[in-house]
Amino acid sequence: MTGTTIYAARKIITMNPNQPEVSHVAVREGRILGAGSLAELEPWGDYELDTRFADKVLMPGMIEGHAHTMEGTLWRNVYVGWFDRMDPDGKVWDGVKSIEGVLDRLSEAEAQMTDADTPLSGWSLDPIYMDNQRVSRQDLDKVSTTRPIGVLHASGHILNVNSKALEQAGLLKPGVNHPGIPLGDDGMPTGELYGPDAMTPVAGFVGYDRAMTDCDERGLLDYAKLCVRAGVTTSTDLAARLTDDSVSMMLDVTARNRFPLRVVPLRIFFGMTAEECVEYTKALKEQSTDLLRLGRIKAVADGSIQGFSARMRWPGYHNGAPNGLWYTAPDQMSELYNRALAAGIQVHTHTNGDQATQMALDVFEPALRANPSPDHRFTIQHCQLADAAQFAKMGKLGMCVNLFANHHFYWGDEHYRLTVGPERAMRMNATRTALAANVPLAIHSDAPVTPLGPLFTAWAAVNRITASGRTQGEGEKIGVDQALYAITMGAAYTLHLDAELGSIEIGKRADFAVLDDDPTAVDAMALKDIPVWGTVQGGRIFPAAEL
Amino acid sequence: MRVPSYSIPVTVIGGYLGAGKTTLVNHLLRNADGRRLAVLVNEFGSIAIDEDLIEAEEDGLISIAGGCICCSFGNDLIGAINDLRTSDPAPEHIVVETSGVALPGAVVASLGLMDGIRPDGTVVLVDAETVLKQVADDYIGDTITRQLADAEIVVINKRDLISDSAATRLTDRLTALAPHAVQIETDFGKVPLDAVLGAVETPSSGTRSGGHSDALFESIALNPTARFDVAAIAEHLATGPLGVVRAKGYLTGSDGQVWLVQTVGKRWQAEPLDHQPDPQLVCIGAKGQLDSGGIAALLQTA
Repeated sequence: MTGTTIYAARKIITMNPNQPEVSHVAVREGRILGAGSLAELEPWGDYELDTRFADKVLMPGMIEGHAHTMEGTLWRNVYVGWFDRMDPDGKVWDGVKSIEGVLDRLSEAEAQMTDADTPLSGWSLDPIYMDNQRVSRQDLDKVSTTRPIGVLHASGHILNVNSKALEQAGLLKPGVNHPGIPLGDDGMPTGELYGPDAMTPVAGFVGYDRAMTDCDERGLLDYAKLCVRAGVTTSTDLAARLTDDSVSMMLDVTARNRFPLRVVPLRIFFGMTAEECVEYTKALKEQSTDLLRLGRIKAVADGSIQGFSARMRWPGYHNGAPNGLWYTAPDQMSELYNRALAAGIQVHTHTNGDQATQMALDVFEPALRANPSPDHRFTIQHCQLADAAQFAKMGKLGMCVNLFANHHFYWGDEHYRLTVGPERAMRMNATRTALAANVPLAIHSDAPVTPLGPLFTAWAAVNRITASGRTQGEGEKIGVDQALYAITMGAAYTLHLDAELGSIEIGKRADFAVLDDDPTAVDAMALKDIPVWGTVQGGRIFPAAEL
Repeated sequence: MRVPSYSIPVTVIGGYLGAGKTTLVNHLLRNADGRRLAVLVNEFGSIAIDEDLIEAEEDGLISIAGGCICCSFGNDLIGAINDLRTSDPAPEHIVVETSGVALPGAVVASLGLMDGIRPDGTVVLVDAETVLKQVADDYIGDTITRQLADAEIVVINKRDLISDSAATRLTDRLTALAPHAVQIETDFGKVPLDAVLGAVETPSSGTRSGGHSDALFESIALNPTARFDVAAIAEHLATGPLGVVRAKGYLTGSDGQVWLVQTVGKRWQAEPLDHQPDPQLVCIGAKGQLDSGGIAALLQTA
């Protein structure tokens, strides 16, 4: 790829303030040789003019700053979500609108299975949209009484199983005493398993084993296909154990000639001490390649808001539920921050509740004083309930934020009604406040929790519509330009990749999202509906239709 | 429900960072006295085992003189316990050191779902000097309160760092916070194995002081021959004023059958057995608090 190709497009959105829109981009050796008019680019010498994008709109390849490649693996299971969703092969699965529909879809899949013992696994069930109807083991027994069946909820925190699965796990018996395992009138478990503690003993029998968060080879290949269909050229894998085996698999897969994605996996702070985790991550960093960027840590401060495991400040949950759980003790977080700052290793911290965010800020400030690091870019992930004072503090401390804009659409109504109440629901994922406080901003899908698709995520941040169609938090809406910046330059900045990625500028990687329409020209409500033709990644062209 | 004879007891040790969990674990390993203990260290913990105890170390598994082992369970407690349960030889007793923010009750509930083991005691350590400050902390106060509410035995560690009057205030607060627990005061985690883990076998009768615990504890062993309402006896041992931290043994029921009796803190169990061992019972308590005479009178051996 030593020659120069100049692509002509209907429009090229650059994210470069000196020339926000251009008509041509020159690519050499997988990088951007220049952007501008054809006349401005011609002096670079011999070139081939490629007009295949003449009716397309190019923008910088989109960057998903918080997702899990596990989404690629989950598609081997049966999708039973409420919303229509596209699989890696481009097939759109209709949302399922009733429990009967869920059982029908599972039965169809069951009928096609040849091996009698293989478990049947469903995913993305969300009864919130079905009047919170419950799914019992007897319901799932209608699909099969001989094959273990498990259906994972969209939140990832509830699992429904059939009698066979309970039997294999040794739990189809009276006398089971666990807060996450409700019992039926017969004294036996109903098949509903709430929370990781209750799910774990059965999950392995229904295809959701403990290594589920470790994406495998086929899963990573499938995930990359989803990325091309969404216009994504770089994606994080936000919490992985990064064992020797998984790193070597990722190195192998990402080095393949037609692999279309740059993967940025973060090592989870779990299962080792802070000292070990920092050392481990430092060693990983040395193995980085262009398409596999290692060397960052993900820490988890608390749980989730809809699971009532997020840590809330006074006055706590709207429905009076007790405060959530710490997943990492403040002292351990402090040790991690100190060691990581000293070693120059970046940490992304999951916080959902506002107390978890406050804790992260409280332990970060002294750690930063002790280990002066002018360009640390420590990032708070989700950070859903942060208020203006917390964003102001983050701005002063040089922290970045990646807000969960999609969440607002999928669970905003639930938060308004039940978990945090109207006032705090309106301020959730406060994108405008973050920008006003000069906090570098990215927005995310947390796929597979919600579908991968930065244009949808931008739409969610711009319109703040909930699933029921209400606008929630008018004052936190951001403009289309700001949202498009957040899914390109914003996300690149949170990963220290802004020098290479995020804009269509001379010297950067030739990573483009190829769109059939212009996101800056369509109605803001149509942002999510813009068709993605495919991507260009490192100068290589990936039409979604040819995956 | 009858206790399956093969189930391995699992004791969960909780408490916030700095309470002395690692010190206690080292103390247990040092004084295992022939018991094959397996210690599982939590997802954030380093395996800080005293050097002189370590016999070998391979693949993260530390072998300790006398047949004990120690490893970190990483992110898979259930898997680690399953591995131990099916190992040869299987450990006699498993000790789980949870993370500083874990709720021991939740860990015990999870363990209760597993076959082949049985939860045997929830021990929560507190740092005598700092625990009341921690209980008032905005971030971790409610976590520590919840830990204490789950406790069957509260070990008040670093007792030497506070005055007697402070200790009185502390025990009063802890009685309210941990209503189901008995309290043990100690320094440097020096709690006798029998108190934390229960007696493995009943010694010959008589009273003795805990050998490895600076004589802070004593035990009494009895051979009661009468027939009892075993459940009532077990309840009285656990909840009565006899100063019993742990009791274990066999008593003959009013029906003539032999029952297994176990108490941990204020929790008690009494179950009829398939086999008929000789009646015997051992009770452990803090020195000066264990009412040996009262216990002997209760069991009609005085």
